[in-house]
Amino acid sequence: MRFIEPHAHMVSRTTDDYAALVTAGCAAVCEPAFWAGFDRGSAAGFHDYFHQLTDFEPQRAAKFGLPHFCWLCLNPKEAEDLRLAKDVLALIPQFLDRPTVLGIGEIGLNKNSRNELAILERHIELAARHDQLILVHTPHLEDKLKGTRLTIDALRNQPRIRPERVIIDHVEEHTVKLVLDAGFWAGMTLYPTSKCTPARAVDILDVCGTERLWMNSACDWGESVPLNIPRTALEMRRRGWSAAAIDRVIYQNPVQFLSQCPKFRLPPD
Amino acid sequence: MTRQQVLDLYFLDARSKLIEVAAFLDRVDRADGGVDFRLAAFRQAMRHLADGAPRRAEKVLLALSDPTNEPVAKAPGKGAIGAWPNRVKS
Ligand SMILES: [Zn+2]
Repeated sequence: MRFIEPHAHMVSRTTDDYAALVTAGCAAVCEPAFWAGFDRGSAAGFHDYFHQLTDFEPQRAAKFGLPHFCWLCLNPKEAEDLRLAKDVLALIPQFLDRPTVLGIGEIGLNKNSRNELAILERHIELAARHDQLILVHTPHLEDKLKGTRLTIDALRNQPRIRPERVIIDHVEEHTVKLVLDAGFWAGMTLYPTSKCTPARAVDILDVCGTERLWMNSACDWGESVPLNIPRTALEMRRRGWSAAAIDRVIYQNPVQFLSQCPKFRLPPD
Repeated sequence: MTRQQVLDLYFLDARSKLIEVAAFLDRVDRADGGVDFRLAAFRQAMRHLADGAPRRAEKVLLALSDPTNEPVAKAPGKGAIGAWPNRVKS
């Protein structure tokens, strides 16, 4: 089995997790910029974080033979501080040419506030200006439905954004059709307690098909399961999916989306 | 998959989760305290389990969602609660 982990916060994980991912068949890992669990005090903190994502973390992954890519942004949880957000937005372009940067992400909304929306629009504009792929985080729990709608509206309001170059992540049963019907890619996050379980993710695939969908563990500093993609592959197997159909979802689909960025290259088999 | 196969694969797991929900509601009833919007939303969402209609997971999620469309003036913190406070005032 081979798979891509398209959304994992590896700076929060141990080297044991790298070893386990590679042992299970992981062929590449992609790391969106994220909230550290506390608010960073200055743009300099983000400068160091972007350096970690673009330089140190790929080296750490390379020790396990694993290609590591990343996405850059300011997370919506830190978007209430508009001055900080604008300083960070100004920092991002100097990192965009680095060889493992795939695009802008994970941007989006958290509590669906005006400031979050304003900073989301600035990120979308930045991505459009630099012709970057976009990875969107949708809010948690009761905020997800509204945040997904507001995000789709914000993306549609920027005419240079092509929906096939945007993945909207953390969809569940009540948001997946909104995303797919608007022409975007949709990500299902296999996360304990919130988001999707392996069984529900396979239900969504049964109902919606496998076009423009991927899965990720979104493992981070919280309770999360780095091996949830191979575990969901096992669930698919138990439900009668062929090895080829599983490969399509957990390997070929993410490769198809990510290859829209020319920097996403995997070593030959 | 046939219905038989789905039941073979998932019945015991679903049975266990159903008993967990029942035990959770008993636990809440035994505890002292006033009304809470989360419990009211939970009870409303549970109605979709027994109405015999399809798309239950989607309807439960919608019952626990903020249905409004306007951004809020300011983020009231960072976390989410799991139910929308203004849906059920009881
Ligand atoms: Zn994430």
